[in-house]
Amino acid sequence: MTVATEPALSPAAERLRGRLAGTPLAGRCEVADRDLPTIEVSPDAWPSLARFLRDDPECRYDLFVDLFGVDNLRRPGQKSRFETVVHLHALARNEHVRVKIPLPDEKKPALPTASEVYPAADWFEREAFDLYGFDFTGHPNLRRILCHDAFVGHALRKDYAPGQRWFFAEEDMKAPEWATHTDERAGHFETQTISIGPSHPATHGIIHLIARLDGEKIIRAETNIGYLHRCFEKMSETHQWNQIVPYCDRLNYVSAMINGVGFVRTAEKMLGIEVPDRGRLVRTILSEFTRIMDHCVCIGANLVDIGALSNFIYLYQNRENIYDLIEACCGARLTVSYVRVGGLAIDVPDDFVPRCRSLLESIPLFLKDVQKLVDNNRIVRQRLQGTGVVTREQAIAWGLTGPMLRASGVPYDVRRARPYDFYDKFDWDVPISNEGDNFARYLVRIEEIRQSLKIIRQALDILPAKGAVSSDDWRVVLPPKDAVYHDMESLIYHFKLVMEGIRVPPGERYEWIEGGNGELGFHAVSDGRGGPYRLRVRPPCFANMQAFQKMVIGGTVSDAVATLGTLNIIAGELDR
Amino acid sequence: MSSDAPKGTLPALGPAKAGGGAADFLLTRLEEMVSWARKNSLWPFPFATACCGIEFMSVASAHYDISRFGSEVMRFSPRQADLLIVAGTVTDKMAPVLRKIYDQMPEPKWVISMGVCASSGGFYRAYHVTQGIDEIVPVDVYVPGCPPTPEELIYAIMQLQKKIQSGEKSRDQRSAKLAAERIS
Repeated sequence: MTVATEPALSPAAERLRGRLAGTPLAGRCEVADRDLPTIEVSPDAWPSLARFLRDDPECRYDLFVDLFGVDNLRRPGQKSRFETVVHLHALARNEHVRVKIPLPDEKKPALPTASEVYPAADWFEREAFDLYGFDFTGHPNLRRILCHDAFVGHALRKDYAPGQRWFFAEEDMKAPEWATHTDERAGHFETQTISIGPSHPATHGIIHLIARLDGEKIIRAETNIGYLHRCFEKMSETHQWNQIVPYCDRLNYVSAMINGVGFVRTAEKMLGIEVPDRGRLVRTILSEFTRIMDHCVCIGANLVDIGALSNFIYLYQNRENIYDLIEACCGARLTVSYVRVGGLAIDVPDDFVPRCRSLLESIPLFLKDVQKLVDNNRIVRQRLQGTGVVTREQAIAWGLTGPMLRASGVPYDVRRARPYDFYDKFDWDVPISNEGDNFARYLVRIEEIRQSLKIIRQALDILPAKGAVSSDDWRVVLPPKDAVYHDMESLIYHFKLVMEGIRVPPGERYEWIEGGNGELGFHAVSDGRGGPYRLRVRPPCFANMQAFQKMVIGGTVSDAVATLGTLNIIAGELDR
Repeated sequence: MSSDAPKGTLPALGPAKAGGGAADFLLTRLEEMVSWARKNSLWPFPFATACCGIEFMSVASAHYDISRFGSEVMRFSPRQADLLIVAGTVTDKMAPVLRKIYDQMPEPKWVISMGVCASSGGFYRAYHVTQGIDEIVPVDVYVPGCPPTPEELIYAIMQLQKKIQSGEKSRDQRSAKLAAERIS
């Protein structure tokens, strides 16, 4: 008789199990190996597990990445209807870990808050409360964050109809509790509470800041978001895999291409298909161009806010030039919808390489102009240097990623930490700064543009001149139109793909890439049908924006404007 | 001279009454001149909420240069603007804000709904998205596209200019009139 043995765990999971064995948590959590090492824990043991994962010298999962809910109502065979999923990252070892917390009580799903251990969990917990109705006991400010205040029900539960709207009027708007009374006194001034946004020239997109001022100094602030909550996650549950690509483009619409790449990579990993080198290189090249566009708009808009309009016009011209390239590839300028699961929608035009090379020539010229105007400009220096400072410890505690984290001295870039596509083949640097102020973020972004150009140059050198850009697995990628018209089998594949969508095997997976603003992750749960059962996007802006209300304390309102500019908040990604 | 004077107090435009007297003739010319001045100095309030806002930035910057059409003076105070360009998705949470901004604009005022989200909710048939801003404010020109190209927005501004020149009342004035009739 043979006894089935459990497959060996990965070294990371094995270490976790070993470290947990010696603690009181030993019997209360299980370690398994899925796409990530996964710990399953009961709600009451979650805060102590969180503390352990953060503080244990061999774990040190210090960066809080994501927290979200899953509703298993229509997914039989799961332990409980609701579960909370948490992703953490260990900066020192570049490792992710997943914690799953099944919530046994279906009527009143509740779990203790982790916001004392990980300050970054605050908004993520509020979101899970808003969309799933999870009660995070002990949370200091548990109210709706994305949906409006007159909303009834919890939108991401499976029994909530996707189109059910609720009327919202001005009277229903709720200010935070502390902003409703004005008796607070500080120093020799009487304090006043002001409201900036949601429609304000300095907020780019729609963000609402409520600030209490002592004279000119901000002593307390709170940000209201959700004004562009377009229900991305609900929409992706009602669509097929490839139909979600256009929705992804509208997440971070300033760098649309990167979102699509991030999303289809998750589906491709679940399907286990490979994209041809040429397809992956075109994705890389266009993603890096998109990153350049993203940084150009961020820097340009920030400089407009502090009164330097001409830089915006110079930097925006880069964007127009890159638009020409993207338009030649896929026909759209901004929201490209160019990627598909398994490759690209169509091949690039014949003059793709010369077009890219001419952009490589022109972009540095504009950058040089801008740097000449800005780098030693006294006004810019006075407005940006020393304002909006984030220390290394704060940046990690608040869960920042991307240029914001790197400007605070942490060299975490997903392209380097966990190279995907060809990033480990290229010679490039991760720019960091130790200052952590607004000027550091400006410098990091400028340098990242140069590094992106360097990557594109190397990618163009190894780009095969001919070849497929998409996989030839017709169960995933649409067969060529010619074959559909002349070949019965291709016609059937085409019909099945269009009508039913791609059959992604049941399971779940988290894949993450470096977006314009930081770690952009997609967590997909599939139940084997044509579309995802649950699709969670980890928006870098969300964590970055959460830090804003803490960063502005002690500065003036004009500092807050400069700081908001360097955060590069894109409302589509922030509110989804 | 405002164009929204109630009918009857001033002679109306049109071939039937034109040429009736010196005063008529002068008034018609003045109206036209006012319209001409108005159409070429539309001051937009960019209510840019989402992706369309980025294309709106393209229209405003050097390459497309909206100032060729006299509407480059972006006003971020609704009290100084006469054209509301709603660029992007409006959610139910944002809807009262949009209405408030619209109400704060002085008359005569016009509204351009840029992109399918503003026009109809677009492909966001969802629990938090207003299915078209005409649920909240009257719209003069709808621009399709997701997002519309800059050329499309410029064309919309030109259509609006044509409308203003022809003396056609804005949707705001027409809906105000309808509301007044309904009450009386």
